Amino acid sequence: MYWDLSAECLDRTAMRELQSDRLRATVARCYANTAHYRKAFDGVGLKSDDIRSIDDLPRIPFTVKEDLRDNYPFGLFAAPLEDVVRVHASSGTTGKPIVVGYTREDIGLWAECIARTLTAGGVGRNDVIQVAYGYGLFTGGLGLHYGAEQVGAVTVPVSGGNTKRQAMLLQDFGATAIACTPSFAAYLAETLRDSGVDFSTLKLRVGFFGAEPWSEAMRREIEASLNILALDIYGLSEVIGPGVAYECEHQCGLHVAEDHFIPEIINPETGENLPPGEVGELVFTTVTKQAAPVLRYRTRDLSRLFTEKCACGRTAVRIERILGRTDDMLIIRGVNVFPSQIEAALLDVGYLEPHYVLIVDREAGRMDEVEVWVEISESVFNDEVRRIEDLEHRIRASISTTLGISIRVKLVEPRTIPRSEGKAKRVMDRREL
Amino acid sequence: MRLKQVSVFLENKTGRMAAVTRVLAARGINLRAFCIADTANFGILRIIVNNPEEALQALRDEGFTANFAEVIAVEVPDSPGGLATVLETLDAGGVNIEYLYAFCEKCRDNALVIFRVEDVDAAVNALEPTGIRVVPSDEVYSM
Repeated sequence: MYWDLSAECLDRTAMRELQSDRLRATVARCYANTAHYRKAFDGVGLKSDDIRSIDDLPRIPFTVKEDLRDNYPFGLFAAPLEDVVRVHASSGTTGKPIVVGYTREDIGLWAECIARTLTAGGVGRNDVIQVAYGYGLFTGGLGLHYGAEQVGAVTVPVSGGNTKRQAMLLQDFGATAIACTPSFAAYLAETLRDSGVDFSTLKLRVGFFGAEPWSEAMRREIEASLNILALDIYGLSEVIGPGVAYECEHQCGLHVAEDHFIPEIINPETGENLPPGEVGELVFTTVTKQAAPVLRYRTRDLSRLFTEKCACGRTAVRIERILGRTDDMLIIRGVNVFPSQIEAALLDVGYLEPHYVLIVDREAGRMDEVEVWVEISESVFNDEVRRIEDLEHRIRASISTTLGISIRVKLVEPRTIPRSEGKAKRVMDRREL
Repeated sequence: MRLKQVSVFLENKTGRMAAVTRVLAARGINLRAFCIADTANFGILRIIVNNPEEALQALRDEGFTANFAEVIAVEVPDSPGGLATVLETLDAGGVNIEYLYAFCEKCRDNALVIFRVEDVDAAVNALEPTGIRVVPSDEVYSM
């Protein structure tokens, strides 16, 4: 079942033409309206007219996360602020978030992409969908929400957290679909089991899981424990949010909404384009978004492209489930976390040269647990227990303010955290994803 | 008057206390009094030694995080009510006590108690007029 047959099953020649038309328009728009893109083009001697088709994509300079940070908050917008009706934000590598904007048309096309996503999982007006992604500046909750209303499902905006209550509502409202992070789904299943729920009374049929990496093993576990079809969905706020790519019932890669977002795979070291089937860094160019278009945005996600036609009939290129990252970013409880943010938080509480490591754990069926081990140092040591506890407390508060997640802090003795030549190993991710 | 107590940060894992005491032993430093304040995650070991400068250096050389804290040593009659009287005197003088612990040796016939107070001068001014002796530091170090 397709939401948009003409777009999702477009023949390849027509798709290329459509993408090329839209790319030309977007490039012209970016060059005319956004100083950053104009400078980037001028810097390599490129004129917007030089981009005739998608074959010319590799000529366009990349856009990276730092560009959004450097142009915080609205510097990369290609539409006047009067036309922007929404902003969303996500973690940057330092204190300031990454900000994206949407015009009314952008909100509409976003809802269309989610409508395709949900329809691929068989969700429509006869369904009740529990949206358990966080509502707020994060794109997950509101992204799924508008798409769910678009397909006409009964949309339950529970947002994240409060698992016991969510379990109750899931039963009482008779949810047939759920959208949340895979780790929350596992946790929810555990909560339902612990409260002695008879799973045969649940109406849940399908789940749309994303916002963090997860393995085939985890998918099978969720499908077994909740007795549902578990579908992978992919997106990132810089491109639009969720809705960039989505699985169909065959679960053999995620169909990209490539009439809106053109994917490329590049070698992360050299920047060269790689052919389908080869693993590299995912790059996206938005060709329909008005407020905050991005040209060749480097996602730092590792994946590859599949161009063979899918058994579902969709012709869109597929990406493999995300295989990893090219940087040290972690996703913890659905939130982007950069170790450098920990460093900034420690400098804030009086450390001069902090030595720390992030330990991430996840027990089966539970949420991510994070602990930061920080070496005590002369500059912060005090004879009074109360002052050291106060220090622990301030570190915890500082990190939670910067990152938006709460973590445990453990002070350790000096030189217990390994030093290394070159880049320090700041993360010990002990989760089996 | 003011004694240099060495305070050392200890992670809550086995072997740390033993390591500290072995470091001091290797430098021929003798422990005279000590106590440990512990929380779930860490402890602060406080020690009085005969040579606090050398102790601090030795511990820092071995990678421990340590510094000095000022304390006083007070002679306390070694009989019921001895300590109560000293504490009441300090309370009456408005002196805030952070912590206290006993010394290993008697001073003449009295017990010796180490006090960490918020204001050393106020403590001394409260105690001495009532005949309670605050032991000079060099006398403590050579005991």
